[in-house]
Amino acid sequence: MFLLKLVLRNAFRHRLRTLLTVTGLAVAVLAYGMLQTVVDAWYAGAASASGTRLVTRSAISLAVFLPASYETRIRGVEGVKRIARSNWFGGIYQEPKNFFPQFAVSDNYLELYPEFVLAEDQRAAWLRDRKGALIGRQLADKFGFRVGDVLPVRGTIDPGTWEFVVRGIFDGSDSSKVTSHLLFHWDYLNETMRKSGRRANFVGVYLVGIDDIDNVAQISTSIDAEFRNSLAETLTESEQAFQLGFVAMSDQIIAAIRIVSYVVILIILAVMANTMAMSARERTSEYATLKAIGFGPSFLALLILGESLLICVVGGALGMALTFPAAAFFKNVAAIFPIFAVSGGTLLLQASCALAVALVAALVPAVRAARVRIVDGLRAIA
Amino acid sequence: MAAPLVEIQHLAKSYTRGGQAVPVLSDITLDIHAGDFTALMGPSGSGKTTLLNLIAGIDKPDSGLLRVQGVDIAALDEGALADWRAAHVGFIFQFYNLMPVLTAYENVELPLILTGLSRAERRDRVELTLSVVGLADRMKHYPNELSGGQQQRVAIARAVVGDPTLIVADEPTGDLDRVSAADILAMMQRLNRELGKTIILVTHDLNAAKAANTIVHLEKGELLVSA
Repeated sequence: MFLLKLVLRNAFRHRLRTLLTVTGLAVAVLAYGMLQTVVDAWYAGAASASGTRLVTRSAISLAVFLPASYETRIRGVEGVKRIARSNWFGGIYQEPKNFFPQFAVSDNYLELYPEFVLAEDQRAAWLRDRKGALIGRQLADKFGFRVGDVLPVRGTIDPGTWEFVVRGIFDGSDSSKVTSHLLFHWDYLNETMRKSGRRANFVGVYLVGIDDIDNVAQISTSIDAEFRNSLAETLTESEQAFQLGFVAMSDQIIAAIRIVSYVVILIILAVMANTMAMSARERTSEYATLKAIGFGPSFLALLILGESLLICVVGGALGMALTFPAAAFFKNVAAIFPIFAVSGGTLLLQASCALAVALVAALVPAVRAARVRIVDGLRAIA
Repeated sequence: MAAPLVEIQHLAKSYTRGGQAVPVLSDITLDIHAGDFTALMGPSGSGKTTLLNLIAGIDKPDSGLLRVQGVDIAALDEGALADWRAAHVGFIFQFYNLMPVLTAYENVELPLILTGLSRAERRDRVELTLSVVGLADRMKHYPNELSGGQQQRVAIARAVVGDPTLIVADEPTGDLDRVSAADILAMMQRLNRELGKTIILVTHDLNAAKAANTIVHLEKGELLVSA
């Protein structure tokens, strides 16, 4: 009780210094949390990928298409339950800054994605309309799209202006699901291309639903073996590995973000360590007096550790609390990531960092205070 | 005659400065009896504060015998010495050394925190002691709200509240004006005469030393005369 009283009073002895240190900690913990959330957002697609979905693409490059005739042969591979087609469209809605992903997909696409929830009447309406499109809730909310809206999209890979009629809006089964894309009929794309005399009957990737997650490697190998030594060899991998392949393209950026987040913590550690060292140095004669009276070295160490913990807990909690509104603000203003939510893991990391800073910053002053010789300490001038 | 409270024989102490041993005390032999009020006098560097620190158990001699109430305190380890100080020694410092974040009451209560006394028992003793030093009405004041003399009286209260065997005072009037200094010395005399406290006072001021019953002179680390 007495220790706690002394810790509290010492912590707020220099209010401005404590306030500045707490503010610095809060900002550092907030910055760390935001940077971790950016990294999480980068991995959001891979994190929400299903273990029972495979992606089959050209072994050469994603830019190389596969023949539509492969579908039947892949469907025949043992363990394959479903197969759907998907072509990246890459169109521009009004202007490039309005970017959102668009995919031409086969009609059974949503059967492979039970995590996308669509009303049955909207599904039926989409299937009936050749130019119909389905859009995710995040996309609809971002642009204010509603069912019945006509979206003119200028093709970049497949030229011309394409008009899609929104026939349904699908939701994610939970908040971690990315629903910021548009789906339209692969048949519509294929027929249009054929009519205009351009490339037709080609598929960007095949999405393969399998029976058992344990069979991923075996089925992937079997699919790729089916097309070995053909003109269009395939590369099949789990959907998560496929998504991580995209993330890997930005791994330098992610590494830089991670490094910056650790540097932020190191900087605040230095600030905190300096604060604690300064406070402890100023109080050397007080520690010596307490020792002379009979208080032991462990009491002095706890006194310093307690003060460091108190400051870090207050600063850390403040920083963690501020991360939520900051993330919401960032998501609205920047609108780069469809999912930008502070995860439990990020909060745990923030709390761990604050705790680690408290312990490391207090370590040297606590040991020094515990070891101070009374006669030397009494002579010390703050 | 009763055994001395403090028994010192052939005590020596040196410090290392710049890699060389500098003797501070040499061959000190001295007895202080219970109830004595002894002043250690001498110029700066004479070793008087070092001798006081050794007697109070906050420093250790290089050689010689140092017993307080029959206990060879030089042989105690750090933990045992801390316990011994808490039970037997009351400290009064030149610059009061009060905790600035604690009130006068809380500062006086400090030594009692280490005892097994209940909160109510501690309160009774602290209030009584602060009344004795004339600060009953300043209990809730922080050190920076008190004058130098009042702060030293709080320090005296802190030194005596645990009813120690020995009170050691290092230049307790060194930072005070003449009137406050006289007040503090009178209070120490009262503690000695009325409550029978054994006090060892370090000072270089002859007027302060005259408050004591015995004056011990030190010069260049050696005991000169006992008066």
